[in-house]
Amino acid sequence: MKHTNGGDSRLLEIDGLKVHFRTDDGWVRAVDGVDIGIGRGETVCVVGESGCGKTVTAMTVMKLIAMPPGKIVAGQIRWQGRDLVPLDAEGMRAIRAKEIGIVFQEPMTSLNPVYTVGEQIAESLRLHEGLSKRAAIERAVEMLKLVHIPNPQRRVHDYPHQFSGGMRQRVMIAMALACGPKLLIADEPTTALDVTIQAQILDLLNEMKDRLGMAVMLITHAMGVVAETAQRVVVMYAGKVVEEAPVIELFGNPRHPYTQGLIRSIPRLDLAAVKKERLEAIPGTVPSLLNPPPGCRFAARCRYAMAQCTEAEPPLREVAPGHKVACVL
Amino acid sequence: MPRKRVSPWGEAWRRFRKHRLAVASAVVLSVIILAVLLGPLVWRVPIDEIDFSVRLEGPSWAHPLGTDDLGQDLLARMLYGGRISLAVGFAAMLVAVLLGTLVGSVAGIASGRVDAFLMWLTDLFLSLPELPLLLLVIYLFRDTLRSLVGAELGVFILIVSVIGGFRWMPVARLVRAQFFSLREKEFVEAARALGASTPRLVVRHILPNALGPVIVAATIDIAAAIIAESTLSFLGLGFPPDIPTWGRLLFDAKDNLDFAPHWALFPGLAIFLTVLTINFVGDGLRDALDPRRVV
Repeated sequence: MKHTNGGDSRLLEIDGLKVHFRTDDGWVRAVDGVDIGIGRGETVCVVGESGCGKTVTAMTVMKLIAMPPGKIVAGQIRWQGRDLVPLDAEGMRAIRAKEIGIVFQEPMTSLNPVYTVGEQIAESLRLHEGLSKRAAIERAVEMLKLVHIPNPQRRVHDYPHQFSGGMRQRVMIAMALACGPKLLIADEPTTALDVTIQAQILDLLNEMKDRLGMAVMLITHAMGVVAETAQRVVVMYAGKVVEEAPVIELFGNPRHPYTQGLIRSIPRLDLAAVKKERLEAIPGTVPSLLNPPPGCRFAARCRYAMAQCTEAEPPLREVAPGHKVACVL
Repeated sequence: MPRKRVSPWGEAWRRFRKHRLAVASAVVLSVIILAVLLGPLVWRVPIDEIDFSVRLEGPSWAHPLGTDDLGQDLLARMLYGGRISLAVGFAAMLVAVLLGTLVGSVAGIASGRVDAFLMWLTDLFLSLPELPLLLLVIYLFRDTLRSLVGAELGVFILIVSVIGGFRWMPVARLVRAQFFSLREKEFVEAARALGASTPRLVVRHILPNALGPVIVAATIDIAAAIIAESTLSFLGLGFPPDIPTWGRLLFDAKDNLDFAPHWALFPGLAIFLTVLTINFVGDGLRDALDPRRVV
């Protein structure tokens, strides 16, 4: 594989990954051949609507998919050159938090209600660094200070129910970063939060990235979030990557009709207020991943669809340096 | 700004205090427990001092709760017997809760075939007729255990394991159900993402969250075990006559009910009060610990 961005020191390379889930009706192809590469210190956004396989991809990197019913059918997940797919549970535990940290979507339920936030931040430090309880709590205070929680010395002994949603997400970020991972996976970290808090959390993520020099894989369905944070963007549709480009290139010159649709469906307050125009939406829904249609999976919803679109699947091809698209156009 | 640390247990205690009946019951229960623990140190009349001159007498200053057909002091026997009855209750509850939690946790985390087998076992135990089996087990093993560890301890172990062994099933089902909902929770996933192993997830993250309903069930189990012990003793299958548990006292008293009602009244009252207060405390704990019910 040739990479035009991030040099040769790729941190994470997802290569031809296929993750299928067995259901009563057959195998659901949630992730069906995905290639994503993330370089050191790079922020990559993975966008797409609900059910397109973004979260499954991220969870598979951490091997947090329940197997069965899930199954990694094909592909490699190379972490610093080493394939994680055949790695056993023991080996995977050493990677989690220490090498790759993850922040989940739902901060309200991602913290254990029976422990103080300090104890929860301390847990990974004690697991991976073998710190004593006292030392781990001291580090937890530092981590809370790092994510800008006021009065960290006192708050470290508070329970999750004493924190607001935004504050809990900060705690979750502190937990994920406590062991100094090289990659942070943030799975829709702002979706469950108020709009005003969303910006704060994104700013925090950017700040943490600059300070700690880690790479970030940000999963989102909000194009606004992408524009604000990403260096490179991967657009996913129905379990496949349909377009990949540096962020400026993607917004300036979107090639795939799906990407164009996503960008057009960003609400624009200025236009909405003046013209009272209806927000543009992509018609139709994501096809069933049980028996995906032959050819391009977006063809049924695509305004430019041609006969050849439903015959053969268009491969991902490079149309400009670092800009790949899976479309015949 | 004065601010208190509000732990989940502190919060539960705050809710428990609002339940007046439960608080009152907790006080009465504490008095009963203290009485049987410290009573024999204060009321130093021996439990087996036979005095035929005061047979079957009602309450008096010399014998506040009267005497039995051998002229033995009933207060002393009640205080001593209470120790045994309560000890059986607590010990049987512990057996039931530990066994039930173990079975429920394994079934809840393993799921699949292991779960199916353990639940089949649970259903099997639930469908067994309890009393006839208790009688059979005690009949079969009483003498073996008696010769092994002595009469008193042997009967205690036998009764505790038999009662506990027939009461773990509801706890197992409860714990399994809790595990099924808790293991899908995001914080469990988050802990796994931090590199916690499965045993650690179970012990540190799932079990403490499943504990509330188990504590409630355990409380009710103490009461049920005390009743079960009384039943066994009443049927003459419990402790030997020289160990006067509350149930044994009732058994001995039943033939003299016509002319010495006090003999049956006081042990009966003790069992009634203990079981009632334990159940009220359990009720209060349910309000305090069960998150589904908001006070």
